[in-house]
Amino acid sequence: MTDKLLPPKKKNPQLRQMVPTLPPQMRSRAALGLTAAAARGAFSLQHCQECGAVQYPPRDACCACLSVDLAWRKTPREGTVIAETRINVSPDPYYRERLPWRSGLVRLSAGPTVLCHLHGDVGRGDIVLMDLKLDKAGQGVMIALPQERSPDMADDPQLRELTAHPKHRRVLITDIRSPATRPLIEALLKAGASQIFVGESESWRRGSDHAAIAGLDKVSVMPLDVSDPSSVKRLAAEIGGKTDILINTARHVRPGGVLGSDTVFAREEFEINALGLMRLAQAFGPGMASRTADGVNSAVAFVNLLSVHALSADPQYGAFSASQAAALSISQTLRAEFRASGLRMINVFAGPTDDEWHQPLPPPKVAPKALAMSIVEALCEGLEDVYCGDVAKDLEERWRRDPKVLERELAGGA
Amino acid sequence: MSNPLDQLASALAGGTVEIVDLTHTLDPDFPVIVLPPEFGQCARFRMEEVSAYDGRGPAWKWHNISMNEHTGTHFDAPIHWVSGRDVANGAVDEIDPSVFVGPVVVIDCSEGAASNDDFELTPEIIDAWEAEHGPIPADNWVLMRTDWSKRRGAEYLNMADDGPHSPGPTPAAIETLLKRNIRGFGTETVGTDAGQGAHYVPPYPAHYLLHGAGKYGLQCLSNLDRLPPKGAMLIAPPLKIKGGTGSPLRVLALVPAGSGSGETK
Repeated sequence: MTDKLLPPKKKNPQLRQMVPTLPPQMRSRAALGLTAAAARGAFSLQHCQECGAVQYPPRDACCACLSVDLAWRKTPREGTVIAETRINVSPDPYYRERLPWRSGLVRLSAGPTVLCHLHGDVGRGDIVLMDLKLDKAGQGVMIALPQERSPDMADDPQLRELTAHPKHRRVLITDIRSPATRPLIEALLKAGASQIFVGESESWRRGSDHAAIAGLDKVSVMPLDVSDPSSVKRLAAEIGGKTDILINTARHVRPGGVLGSDTVFAREEFEINALGLMRLAQAFGPGMASRTADGVNSAVAFVNLLSVHALSADPQYGAFSASQAAALSISQTLRAEFRASGLRMINVFAGPTDDEWHQPLPPPKVAPKALAMSIVEALCEGLEDVYCGDVAKDLEERWRRDPKVLERELAGGA
Repeated sequence: MSNPLDQLASALAGGTVEIVDLTHTLDPDFPVIVLPPEFGQCARFRMEEVSAYDGRGPAWKWHNISMNEHTGTHFDAPIHWVSGRDVANGAVDEIDPSVFVGPVVVIDCSEGAASNDDFELTPEIIDAWEAEHGPIPADNWVLMRTDWSKRRGAEYLNMADDGPHSPGPTPAAIETLLKRNIRGFGTETVGTDAGQGAHYVPPYPAHYLLHGAGKYGLQCLSNLDRLPPKGAMLIAPPLKIKGGTGSPLRVLALVPAGSGSGETK
């Protein structure tokens, strides 16, 4: 059984903070399929379309028949540990700081034998469940997990390196007015977050849940308006050094297409949804990126909520969709910029949310609680792209199949 | 012939005429009017640094700023309201600049506003003021003092589930002021109308009646407790915005020294 992870002690202010290092990064292009699967939480391997062989590690041709017709498919997760190794000495800067490190060979029920990380609860001869995770370098790597979940399983040091678990971490949620904020606070506290900061813009307007939320244990409401550079900088100066997870719930939605409107609402949508994300990243990002090796409560993730229409516009929400596409693009750049630090950029995509701006739309709509659960799951599992709810999952699948067909379908009258 | 401004210059230099700033600081977090969310909203004041003696501009610091015409302490031109849309020269760039400097009277409603958030300026209050100070002269600015400018944060808009609660004039009060042929009307609150002004007939009487009659508005004023009931001079020139319906501005008053009511309730 995994030892329970204890809350971090106060830091010794005379010791230098650990500088982030990354595990080995060189990979073949074919191996990036592992990254793509791990980012979404899928366990996929290369399947030969000619002979049906499943292979690992990924290659450009089938190891059995040399066909180049290889497809990434979901693959059964079961396997058996046939060998294990405990590494006590390593010349690699990343692993040196984390020794001992256990790895092993697992024979998958799907065929191949893989070299993988071992969770502390598994050993030679065990039947295991395999998972693909992103490591700090953003590479898809395999870890063998026990078949039976145990209460503190996520506290395993090797597994925790591969996730962005909120346990003992301090979280900033940027907008108290988002319907997702309240259930998100509850889910994060349940997952073990040690402190939650909640941003509140324009307290002079009243109408937020200020009193109810500020009264919660371990929760502090702080002034934050993502559309105001000085406000974002002020809060980053105050709590930027202890923000381990940032969840951007600030969002501005107005219905309407592009024609028959002006750019006033669109400007507000871009100010908050796109430029607000940039302001948050500029103010909090460098500080978080410098703290990704800072012990139990190291900085670990920057979470952005997006409409799934970032992928393909909903013409009923034309300007809003455009702001979401912009935010998605910004998040991709941020992901590249955070890569050297290992700070994870997580995008949670949702379909229409169950709020006043989507009121006339028919169900299914994403409930705030469901969105909160998806966000916390993404952190606990270490995902990078999450599609919350049936509409988002369906749209992503159709987009993956053929973006042009989806665009035409969303245009209506097909 | 002597220059009348010489006298003013020596009064200013000698301190017998003081300059009082009636303006709030333009601050990103200063309240603006809040409309139902499906309407377009008043843009907040925003400031972003372009450079600050750094790589973006080594020897200079400057900012880009943005806001609505009606953000912060601001001027309302007649074309701001539908009733004034056809008023000749009703945009800020068209208004005769002599309008921007002129005498001002102050009606003190601070005592009533202190105990009643929805305090109303009525014809009776105007009559009482005139009984004490004489008739409101034509072409004067009239300011309603409530000391509302001393409120901070959520107390300023004072928003509740049934809308904001702040003092303002009744329709009859505005009609009374129009009979005096005033130049314009100003308040310390976020608008010239009461927080609950939508429920009068006509709705928003200060906006509707004043601008329909070609008069001007000033709002988010401060320091009105430093003005005398009459005898001060107001300087309130809006930015010369082409076709502008209003403008943020710096409002100053020339006040005979020692004449301010000086009361803080």
